[in-house]
Amino acid sequence: MDEKQLKITACKIRKGIIEGVYRAKAGHPGGSLSSADLFAYLYFVEMNVDPAHPKDENRDRFVLSKGHVAPALYATLAHRGYFPVEELKTLRQIGSRLQGHPDMKHIPGVDMSSGSLGQGISAACGMALAGKLQDKDYRVYTLLGDGEIQEGQVWEAAMFAAHRKLDNLVVIVDNNGLQIDGNIADVMSPYPINEKFKAFGLEVIEISAHDFTQIEAAFQKARTIKGKPTAIIAKSIKGKDVSFMENNASWHGTAPNQEQYEIAMADLDQILAELEG
Amino acid sequence: MAEVKKIATRESYGNALVECYQDFPNLVVLDADLAEATKTNIFRKAHPERHIDCGIAEANMMGVAAGLAAAGMIPFASSFAMFAAGRAFEQVRNSIGYPHLNVKIGATHAGISVGEDGATHQCNEDIALMRSIPGMVVINPADDVEARAAVRAALSYVGPVYLRFGRLAVPVINDPDHYHFEIGKGITLKEGNDITIVATGLTVNESLQAAQELEQDGIHARVINIHTIKPIDRELLQKAAQETGKIVTVEEHSVIGGLGDAVLEAIRENPVPVYKIGVNDEFGYSGPALKLLEAFGLTAPSIVKKVKEVLGN
Repeated sequence: MDEKQLKITACKIRKGIIEGVYRAKAGHPGGSLSSADLFAYLYFVEMNVDPAHPKDENRDRFVLSKGHVAPALYATLAHRGYFPVEELKTLRQIGSRLQGHPDMKHIPGVDMSSGSLGQGISAACGMALAGKLQDKDYRVYTLLGDGEIQEGQVWEAAMFAAHRKLDNLVVIVDNNGLQIDGNIADVMSPYPINEKFKAFGLEVIEISAHDFTQIEAAFQKARTIKGKPTAIIAKSIKGKDVSFMENNASWHGTAPNQEQYEIAMADLDQILAELEG
Repeated sequence: MAEVKKIATRESYGNALVECYQDFPNLVVLDADLAEATKTNIFRKAHPERHIDCGIAEANMMGVAAGLAAAGMIPFASSFAMFAAGRAFEQVRNSIGYPHLNVKIGATHAGISVGEDGATHQCNEDIALMRSIPGMVVINPADDVEARAAVRAALSYVGPVYLRFGRLAVPVINDPDHYHFEIGKGITLKEGNDITIVATGLTVNESLQAAQELEQDGIHARVINIHTIKPIDRELLQKAAQETGKIVTVEEHSVIGGLGDAVLEAIRENPVPVYKIGVNDEFGYSGPALKLLEAFGLTAPSIVKKVKEVLGN
């Protein structure tokens, strides 16, 4: 793992998020920014994927269960080489492949359409089950929001994954603590998240979503867990690395105006300059 | 006359899954704790390693089916129509319909012929719900022969298909040696130019019985079996509309959004009067299936009465 390079990639993903959401005048920057480091690690280190063969049947799969952070997935796929980075500017525009939520039919590298919360994890279970039934050794990753786990379907899926011993499945929860209506703890607390997944039969690993050493250790440990799926609870900062968006629920689903866009890009450019300098 | 053989189409469904497995090795059958009732237990007995009981969690089951299909398998997800089309509607719409995944939904216990379980389990809305999803094929077979052929056709087709099966044993009306099933092609079972009766599912047999009785009164009714409600056979229906001038539709489903409305849409460019027989914007209730079918006007005598009324006889 080249930590510095990963940090640079994550910063570029964050810039791609801001670019797309700003031009679309709509989208979800907060949760996209909080998950950018996880995306960088998944697509640049962890997953066995090849942008030249996005439909390879033996590839690892990723399902964005929190589909509203599509800007982060798109920025990651673009920087990984699935489509031009320039295309990020077309996010949410008529005629663009980059739909508001992931569309597997049209965007290379998107393994599952998602957006309605709670559904992606079930599809990830189905992919992992298909791997078991067909004796394939690919792995399946799915990213959920901490607000999303209020959906009952998530727990149906967790029960299913543990019962079917899907040890080729890794469930990642982006625990940024905020949802549209405020703090998750105030709206309808899903805590304790770790104990809940443990009770449902998953191996639980708790990390910081912004520490690549911890991220690497978690995914490496997940590979050693046999007979049950792993849940990585990743404590994160919503709006990470954009000064005025950090830990602010109002940036869940709001696009920056021009002035805010310039501040956000300046924040990220400064981080990038320090990393590359 | 020899007694007509009766088989519930859910039974046909379970048997067809077993029959088809060798030709479709990617088949996986999912159920939600109803294998004994949906008859996927027949498949479970033959191929336990390919039968996945998802427990009482239909929403997750539909998502799992989507994931299996996305990874190249052909899942058949089963539950009662109420839960497959009703409870899991949004999962079917967003995780299966939107990405147009190769998922087959085997929904049993459709309509009021569920009987004694009553309104909570009598799904009269599934055709309306499923045909509203872009790209979803909706099939409602009439008997054992048609149901088994429909399962094979669904497996051969690439894309989402909703199949509707019944709990009640119904007469086998098709001859397996001469029967041919094609998705989207209606079948004219009886010629006639006075009126057309369009039926689907178990009302096909009732409509045939009605047409035979009407013959005795000199009324020549055409009978069309629409086993595929979506995509519907517009050509056959438009021709019948022009040649017979009046249509009566018969379905074990709400008159809102079901076969009747699909027929109306199919002939809208050159419309003729369409009279819908079905469940009239109300819930069912408990009772023996045959008595309920009578009570809701879905049997031959009610169809005869309606046709005569329409023709002013």
